Amino acid sequence: MNKIENNKAWFFVIPVFVVVAFSAVIPLMTVVNYSVQDIFGVNSAFWTGTEWYREMLRNPDLQAALLRQFAFSFAILAIEVPLGIGIALLMPKKGWAASAALVLVAMPLLIPLNVVGTIWQILARTDIGLLGWALSESGVDYNINANAVDAWFTIILMDVWHWTPLIALLSYSGLRAIPDAYYQAARIDRASRWAVFRYIQLPKLTNVLVIGVLLRFMDSFMIYAEPFVLTGGGPGSSTTFLSQALTTMAVAQFDLGPAAAFSIIYFLIILAVSWVFYTAIMTLQKDKSAQQ
Amino acid sequence: MSWMHWTGPTAGFFISIALILTGMTVWQYFSPSIERKGFLPISTTRGDRLFIGLLTSAFIHLAFIGVTELHVLVATAVSAVWMVILMRWG
Amino acid sequence: MKSRIAFIVYLVVMIMPIYWLINMSLQTNSEILGELSFWPKNLTFDNYLNILTDESWYMGYVNSMTYVFMNMAISLTVALPAAYAFSRYKFVGDKHLFFWLLTNKMAPPAVFALPFFQLYSSVGLFDTHIAVALAHTLFNVALAVWILEGFMSGVPKEIDETAYIDGYSFPKFFLKIYIPLIRSGIGVTAFFLFMFSWIELLLARTLTATEAQPIQAIMTRTQGASGIDWGTLAAAGVLTIVPGILVVYFVRNHIAKGFALGRT
Repeated sequence: MNKIENNKAWFFVIPVFVVVAFSAVIPLMTVVNYSVQDIFGVNSAFWTGTEWYREMLRNPDLQAALLRQFAFSFAILAIEVPLGIGIALLMPKKGWAASAALVLVAMPLLIPLNVVGTIWQILARTDIGLLGWALSESGVDYNINANAVDAWFTIILMDVWHWTPLIALLSYSGLRAIPDAYYQAARIDRASRWAVFRYIQLPKLTNVLVIGVLLRFMDSFMIYAEPFVLTGGGPGSSTTFLSQALTTMAVAQFDLGPAAAFSIIYFLIILAVSWVFYTAIMTLQKDKSAQQ
Repeated sequence: MSWMHWTGPTAGFFISIALILTGMTVWQYFSPSIERKGFLPISTTRGDRLFIGLLTSAFIHLAFIGVTELHVLVATAVSAVWMVILMRWG
Repeated sequence: MKSRIAFIVYLVVMIMPIYWLINMSLQTNSEILGELSFWPKNLTFDNYLNILTDESWYMGYVNSMTYVFMNMAISLTVALPAAYAFSRYKFVGDKHLFFWLLTNKMAPPAVFALPFFQLYSSVGLFDTHIAVALAHTLFNVALAVWILEGFMSGVPKEIDETAYIDGYSFPKFFLKIYIPLIRSGIGVTAFFLFMFSWIELLLARTLTATEAQPIQAIMTRTQGASGIDWGTLAAAGVLTIVPGILVVYFVRNHIAKGFALGRT
């Protein structure tokens, strides 16, 4: 759609601007202020300049947490996106079955984060949990509190369980928006199932998948409550992700300066990755529509 | 306001960001920028290049602080040069 | 047929953890800890009764619902005109403004918790529902603008023009014609707003003490000196899923109708 150029449109945006400025800009500025000082109380703080940044950037624990964080985010994206699309393709399309399937599939999404953690903490116990019990009965030495591989396996399983429905719902909606005529044309052309997916369904899913992947990337990069409840970051620090490292620093040790410096770095990383992804997709789409 | 722990340099930083944004908006209003293709892999407008410049400058600062012992103003100088190159030929 | 079976297998696997929670919530603590039972052998509803008759428990649900619905109202009110502007007009800084809105979803709540606490304390809103509702706009407004803009781009511009020719003023056109047209979009957006606000824990917990405490924070009290009260914890967990299911049920037709969200 060709849009009209009109700067009066800014008036429509002002309410959003005000609300977001209040809830985002003021706290962000405060975090920047914290990050260059050593803060002892409301009225005593010392200028430290870039010292906290230097310390944070060279802290091996945080570097390890960052790598772990990337590994986790990419692992869950690699599983959730294809799986979510697959489920969307399998979901019933009409009638009461479609409604029932939607409600059931969406269920994990609506569970508060710490409750998700609790559910899996119980499930993973070998004495009262189904998953732990089943695994240890079948001879696997499963213990999320001692074995890092088990802990990682469980956290990824938990995230896949919780968030694949988001990709599935978005994809399902994207698929429903494809007019029947497209499928009829494909049938006349005797297109294979794969060709239908590749040339009709997938292109129509691009937009909803951009939202899905960006949301999943951002949220998984900030994951906190679920692993905190499930493993507490252990065994050792094998499942301590960035948010938890940060919260431990800010809340437990009450070290505002370093925590703030670290959060700025954290924010810049998410910002850069999201921007590259967003721009890449938008550029691809523009090229595609220019070709048509 | 005291809980915000303002300092001179951070206040200066935010004021200059605000001034740059205002300046860019006014400039854009009176002489709209046209998207063009420079050495960057995507075609950009002035505003896009400013954003890319600010974000990369932030990372240049982090790299200098994290890897070298040089004073942070060296990073600022490098960023400034980079900004000019980017705005002109990016 | 094969796809039907595959889907049912997925559903069964997916529902298993929730079934396990329900199963536990219907048992006594001694049965839970005694031996693994696949269904409650001595069915009991005491855990639910405990929660539903104790004000300090059930007020947690009321508090959570209150700030979630406030957040939905605020987010939709400010996002609707903004999404309209983004979908219809080009203006100075539009693309950057849009991405800036999105960046707020990227700010780790762990970072913002403390400044938020300070900010809302200083304006006297600490421990109120509106504080949590406003804090949650941080990530929800951007999402609302994004989804609504997708739906609005699908409405032909001729509709706007015809309405103006027919003598509608803008507010009248927007409320009487436009909003009913994108009903589905508002439904779907409301669902996502509900979801992200309902499950969030860190900000909600930081900004409240007693008056507006969310259910997630109240649940931690099941960890007493004598160990964890598993039965009550499980029952409280099951009850947190119920409002969400109602919301999905209401918007199921809007989701099933499909949306492709064309943003160009």
